[in-house]
Amino acid sequence: MSGVRKAFGSNVVLNGVDFTVDRGECVVLIGASGSGKSTLLRCANLLETVDDGVITFEGEDITDPRVNGDQVRSRMGLVFQSYNLFPHLTVIGNVILALRKVHGVAAAEAERRGLAMLDRVGLAEKAGARPDDLSGGQQQRVAIARALVTNPRLMLLDEVTSALDPELVGEVLDLLSDLKGEGVTMVLNTHEMGFARDVADTVCFLHDGRIHESGTPAQVLGDPQQERTRAFLSRIRA
Amino acid sequence: MTSPGVDSWQPSAIQLERESWRRRQTARSAAIAAASTLLVLGVVGGLVVSSPGWERVQETYFDPGKAVDSFPAVLAGLWMNVKIMVISAIAIVIVSLTIAVMRTTRGPIAFPLRLLGTVYVDVFRGLPLLLVIFLLGFGGPALDLSGLPRSALFWGCASLVLSYSAYVAEVFRAGIESVHQSQRLAGRALGLTYGQTLRHVVLPQAWRRVLPALMNDLVSLQKDSGLIAVLGTVIDAIRAAQIETAKDFNYTPYVVAGFLFICLTVPMARLTDWYARKQGFHGAGGML
Repeated sequence: MSGVRKAFGSNVVLNGVDFTVDRGECVVLIGASGSGKSTLLRCANLLETVDDGVITFEGEDITDPRVNGDQVRSRMGLVFQSYNLFPHLTVIGNVILALRKVHGVAAAEAERRGLAMLDRVGLAEKAGARPDDLSGGQQQRVAIARALVTNPRLMLLDEVTSALDPELVGEVLDLLSDLKGEGVTMVLNTHEMGFARDVADTVCFLHDGRIHESGTPAQVLGDPQQERTRAFLSRIRA
Repeated sequence: MTSPGVDSWQPSAIQLERESWRRRQTARSAAIAAASTLLVLGVVGGLVVSSPGWERVQETYFDPGKAVDSFPAVLAGLWMNVKIMVISAIAIVIVSLTIAVMRTTRGPIAFPLRLLGTVYVDVFRGLPLLLVIFLLGFGGPALDLSGLPRSALFWGCASLVLSYSAYVAEVFRAGIESVHQSQRLAGRALGLTYGQTLRHVVLPQAWRRVLPALMNDLVSLQKDSGLIAVLGTVIDAIRAAQIETAKDFNYTPYVVAGFLFICLTVPMARLTDWYARKQGFHGAGGML
């Protein structure tokens, strides 16, 4: 991703963002509310059209308007802060929708893979339930299963624990740590600095529409070089 | 979409290339759309004009002189349609909202209200509008009820109101029921009564959701106001056209009336579309 710019009207949210995610790497974006973390993920997923700059995914410039955005999105997984499960479908229905309709997997095979994935996130027994009947943490794990079941090359996770009770945050973070262990490539936004420290290969601090500081968690979180980064970290620790 | 001028940013060469490609795509789509539209219109028009009976049809239905002659009378009739539409629409909103609230009331005590609402909707949705106009338009004045006018106009409007209210009540009911239960709970938790919750929390949200559907019904009402013509004594656009036609059996006044009705409904339909688009953006789903 290089030189990415995105403005909403006169509000310039991203103003020249450059960073790279390697295969199997986990990049954690931190920054104040409104610093553009979510916008960045939406741009990466082509849900927002960038105003300038280039995003390259598996060697292809996906910001080129000739690229089929649906096809690109089918190779990525995005998990939302507020789960965004489909309330009219069961849990298994949510998980296998894209497998069936986008990837053309046969019903029985999709069912098998969906159940395996639900088992993976510890919710196999909830397959027939409706999203409304689950707790927040369970819903978010279903949302992660839904994104993960198609074997995306890149997982984008947008503040996936922000809407959860503190006691439910753990179950989702544990799942993400496991995914990291399995070598899933991830970019995630979070306010959980402890989690960022544990799981990130690279931490990027987003400020004024740019990556203000980036490096290993030990560098950025432990020994920030920039004044702004220090100020941000001291505010959230206070 | 770029937004130059907010800072010193200038689009890069690659971005300029993308934008010019998008512009070319847009121009191409527009050209294809225009060409296909013209082709379809041309083929349809050609088929009609080349049909064997076209000359006779043209003379009976598209006589320019007759059109000009009958125009003032038909236009005056249309004004009557507009008046009928506006007055009926106001009455319909009041009646249908009452019925919808009756039908959505819960608890055993409200059973008679629900029953009344259901029976009303079943009866008037089941009856063809034309039949209601015949029955009430001729039967209503014959009742000779004290305090109620005996004019065909009054009873014609009453038929429209009764019939349309049954449909519109169902639209309102769908809107009321689409407001999530948690909204009612939040209202009651603040200490609002059932009625206050309905008035200040549920109905405003329901109203916003069903407005596009309601405007669709309003367009429909605009046209159906013409059905009152069957009563004979209300001179609306259709009745006026009928009178003009009867003079020499040239049917051009009907085409004039049709044209005027379209002129009336098209702006309304565009307004409905525009509003639906505006609302659709934050429509169902999303937050809960």
